[in-house]
Amino acid sequence: MSALASASHLERIERLPGHRVVLAEDAPLRLVSGAELSPITVAYQTYGTLNAEKSNAVLVCHALTGDQFAAGVHPVTGKAGWWSLMVGPGRVLDTDRFFVVCANVLGGCMGTTGPADVNPASGEPWGLDFPVVTVADMVEAQRLLLDRLGIDKLLAVIGGSMGGMQVLEWAAKHPERVRAAIALATASHHTAQNIAFHEIGRQAIMADPDWEGGAYFRSGRKPRRGLAVARMTAHVTYLSEPALHRKFGRKLQDRARLSYGFDADFQVESYLRYQGKSFVDRFDANAYLYITRAMDYFDLAADYGGRLAAAFADSPVRFCVASFTSDWLFPTSEAKRIVQALNAAAADVSFVEIDTDKGHDAFLLAEPELHATLHGFLSAECERLGLATAPLALLDPEEIGQTEDRVT
Amino acid sequence: MSPLDSPALRAKQATRRADIRTDLQIIADMIAPGSRVLDIGCGDGQLLRYLVEEKGVVGRGLELSQDGVNAMVSTGLSVVQGDADTDLADFPDGAFDTVVLSQTLQATRDPRFVLEQLVRIGRHALVSLPNFGHWRVRLKLLVGGRMPMTASLPDAWYETPNIHLCTLRDFVELCAACRIEVEKGLMIDGQGGAKPIASLRRANLLATDGLFVLRGR
Repeated sequence: MSALASASHLERIERLPGHRVVLAEDAPLRLVSGAELSPITVAYQTYGTLNAEKSNAVLVCHALTGDQFAAGVHPVTGKAGWWSLMVGPGRVLDTDRFFVVCANVLGGCMGTTGPADVNPASGEPWGLDFPVVTVADMVEAQRLLLDRLGIDKLLAVIGGSMGGMQVLEWAAKHPERVRAAIALATASHHTAQNIAFHEIGRQAIMADPDWEGGAYFRSGRKPRRGLAVARMTAHVTYLSEPALHRKFGRKLQDRARLSYGFDADFQVESYLRYQGKSFVDRFDANAYLYITRAMDYFDLAADYGGRLAAAFADSPVRFCVASFTSDWLFPTSEAKRIVQALNAAAADVSFVEIDTDKGHDAFLLAEPELHATLHGFLSAECERLGLATAPLALLDPEEIGQTEDRVT
Repeated sequence: MSPLDSPALRAKQATRRADIRTDLQIIADMIAPGSRVLDIGCGDGQLLRYLVEEKGVVGRGLELSQDGVNAMVSTGLSVVQGDADTDLADFPDGAFDTVVLSQTLQATRDPRFVLEQLVRIGRHALVSLPNFGHWRVRLKLLVGGRMPMTASLPDAWYETPNIHLCTLRDFVELCAACRIEVEKGLMIDGQGGAKPIASLRRANLLATDGLFVLRGR
């Protein structure tokens, strides 16, 4: 954990490495809710080099608790970026050949405008005065960023979970700007179960007295306990029972027998407590409320008269949809709903289901079959465009192990 | 699994042009270059890859086996996991120039429904199927008194995926009942040769397999 972990939000974003750009200065960003934001800041990272034709750009969309630091060393945690197994030389998103862009989402807390930033009208942090943002608003902010970077057309847009929602939104709203769309472990709408889990997390945050109606910046105390509980709940939904059993079973933590009390007797309890505690060092509680809300509101078909296929009518985009057998948060049935709509639109779609016990988080982990599939899918796109292809490099087992320890 | 030993690479190596099966070559020769093709039950992607690479078709595949799908996608083909019995209904009318159903109809639960879907989705459908009326099949059943096993029907009755076998005559009659036009019929002999069906009676006895070009009315 670096010194940035203990810094205040405003100190932290000033000291974060990477790019920050101010957008929507002249024309405000009009949100789906009707509210307007102007200007906005977007914090982003790039990996690799944009070619002269600007034809090798890949936009990576991060999930709920991800950020722009997809690869390299994360400046707050000091560990590898959340998708370093996917982004790098010789990887699926080969930074020797592609120009990878990853931006912190609107409403986030790593430098892109969000509820922890200062509201220009009041001079103090937005808190709950920040307007509710949607996945469509996140994509709109990314579009403004690509305009600024002069990238008219993406080779690919890729993401898992909420990142996958952004991918679908990109393909639906801006099909002329996307060649290939890769949506992993995602859905075209948030289900009742998804919303229910998010609501538990939000209630945990809001029940923490330190939350203070979202104005915790005044006291300087963060709703750490509430946010930690939110993270603990969510974390369980990202794993599968077989994975939890494999890792922990009913093993006891640092003791030979039950305490007949409420200490963390079991390893799984100790693990979850650690996950919760370390999360609050890098994430803002209000941002968690806003981003979970954006996911809950996501319902792509609703924007198209309730017919998902209409979102993809006459789409020139090549789609690749992938799900994981043990993912019960975004199960294969949801991926198939997307595929069904794409078939109904006669769109160019590939769909793979990867057999794994690693649950929803599998998209972040070393899944050789996923990587081989995505590599093949992207290579076909490169061949069409006359871009170079290269074989996948072998992943370092040590790095794979570190990722597993970090994520699960 | 090393990337150098992936199912993807093996599939790619296994489907070089020279390797395409004779019956698939006959189908490939009937497909217009650059057209839109849906290959249902595309297996290991041999035909689809040939069509995409050699004839420049816009090719899509539907395949039941997830392992097969994953291997094909990793070689760059556009394939989804799906079931002809349930998933064809999703596709819009006339989405493809040609829909191919090669050696799959007899393994579907509802061949009649599948046939109707084929000619709805495609302007043309190419359907190949083993002929249960072939003299060798008839003889094996008549003389041996057991379910026949031949080159076209290699599996024992208890493990065959073929749950709706038919003769070429049965097939043509089903098409008529469904108001599906048989534009062309080819009889395939044991050596893989194909010739137009002049007499259905003769073809029903001598063809090991049939290949039909269908169109909805």
